[in-house]
Amino acid sequence: MTATNIVIGGTGIEVASNRGDFLAMLERQYAEFASPVANSSIRLTVDVVDQAAASAGDEDLRVQREAGCWSITRGDFEARYDQVRRRGTVRQDVNRHSIDSVIRIIHTLALASEGGLLLHAASAIRNGSAFVFAGRSGAGKTTLSRHAPADACLLSDEISYVRKAGETFLAWGTPFTGELGTPGANQSAPVKALCFLRQAEENRLVPIEKAEALRQLLTNVLFFADDPDMVRQVFDTAGELVGCTETFQLNFTQGGAAWELIQ
Amino acid sequence: MSTCYPKKAANLASRVLKGEAIIMNPVDSSLFSLNETATAIWEAADGRTTLQEIVEREVCPRFEIDSESALRDAEEVVHALAEHSILLVSEEPADE
Repeated sequence: MTATNIVIGGTGIEVASNRGDFLAMLERQYAEFASPVANSSIRLTVDVVDQAAASAGDEDLRVQREAGCWSITRGDFEARYDQVRRRGTVRQDVNRHSIDSVIRIIHTLALASEGGLLLHAASAIRNGSAFVFAGRSGAGKTTLSRHAPADACLLSDEISYVRKAGETFLAWGTPFTGELGTPGANQSAPVKALCFLRQAEENRLVPIEKAEALRQLLTNVLFFADDPDMVRQVFDTAGELVGCTETFQLNFTQGGAAWELIQ
Repeated sequence: MSTCYPKKAANLASRVLKGEAIIMNPVDSSLFSLNETATAIWEAADGRTTLQEIVEREVCPRFEIDSESALRDAEEVVHALAEHSILLVSEEPADE
């Protein structure tokens, strides 16, 4: 059995499998986030099975705690993850979407206790600071990302990773892509502003109250586990992020002129 | 109701930002936003202070409202929050 390491936000997940073609696919998918260096704190063993054995139809995602472990299931995969031992198993067929979902969910679980969040947001570094552009599907994350100027380092056009670091939050690049289909840069920077996207007739950055920002941010947090203690941690982290970051509504047009406001 | 003792429900997640409370019930992730008056009542709801005392001490001076109107509004707020299990209402003060 061989393995590859996928390091996102400084947290490594070693993915081991009996299928070399599966691991080769992951290395292509995660590009600069994949590393042959074995320095991961989390280990997943993937049992790649044929499609018929892996599929349980269109079953929705469920993330539940069972006997001290997380049971993460969807129609296309079954996974178990022991958060204390940081070990897990996945059963799926040879496709990249299933393992991608499992990796996202494990990051949300790990981040909850580390003061971090995965967000429905694009993000980018400009002039040494990170800007997070939150919005659900159709809000314009990919549109805005597509028009990023050359001096902006795109961290993601779809799923952003933020984590507390001392008195501030850092935004990290992720390989989780939206319609742009391009992984983010594997870099990080302190979050300067949290912008909620709104497609409009003019480009304008409108400051918004912290309470409103928290309400909007919570609708953009990725968190799937049915666990009140962890939900409370996520809420607290969202509140801290809003409290220490500038918060805006970014009204933007289809072109790239809105980037002139992002400095 | 003015002599009731409102108390914040346990195990809620909450944060007050510039005088407005955002409260989440982590069991079902339901979210509640309180205006400044409701937030003042929420913050003072310790289970040992009557609603009338809260209104006279926290609401009337801060928002310059007469006590009769303030108490009437406060009763509505407490009733609404109690319906969502955000506040618990008792006829007796809570234990220390």
